[in-house]
Amino acid sequence: MSIVILTWSLTLAKIFLSLAMGIAVLRILRGPRAQDRVSGMDTLYVNAMLLLLTFGIASGSTLYFEAALIVALLGFVGTVALAKFLLRGEVIE
Amino acid sequence: MIADLPAWAAIITAILVFTGAATTLIGSLGLFRLASFYERLHAPTLGTTLGTGCIALASIIFFSASQSRIALHEILIAVFVTVTTPVTLMVLVRAALFRDRLERNDGASGRDAT
Repeated sequence: MSIVILTWSLTLAKIFLSLAMGIAVLRILRGPRAQDRVSGMDTLYVNAMLLLLTFGIASGSTLYFEAALIVALLGFVGTVALAKFLLRGEVIE
Repeated sequence: MIADLPAWAAIITAILVFTGAATTLIGSLGLFRLASFYERLHAPTLGTTLGTGCIALASIIFFSASQSRIALHEILIAVFVTVTTPVTLMVLVRAALFRDRLERNDGASGRDAT
């Protein structure tokens, strides 16, 4: 019984996180200005990382954890680099 | 792997995963629905705080219960996201303020044109 609850909960969580990623993509496409698109990309990275963690729980494999860690790392670096570019017009001064 | 999990761990993992995913979805909806850029920045932090915390805790409980040893490396992701989100948003808001002031566009108090 509890295994059925866990399976359904994991399926619903995957659907929710995919919807959240889709909404972030809509914000990237629509965003009236550049900073809206950057914040949408940051949300997209975080949602993808959470989806990878959920896949790791569902499959029982620890391989997804490392992919999630790398996505979190590169998302931070990418968003800060884009924000620096918006601030100054160049990434490294 | 899922089949040999104790019942209490399965229930706690299910509740935590569902709560985290639902909170993240609400945060992303806020990113889409709110009116101006400075309001929109607040919404996705639901996902980066409560969503990441809940799903990382669920992963810790699941792997600790199913492998009968404590697996704590998801704390790394939770701590990393918690530390980097304020840095990212501060740099981004500085860039947005700089651009708004450059164009004499009082975006901090008003709504977007669209």
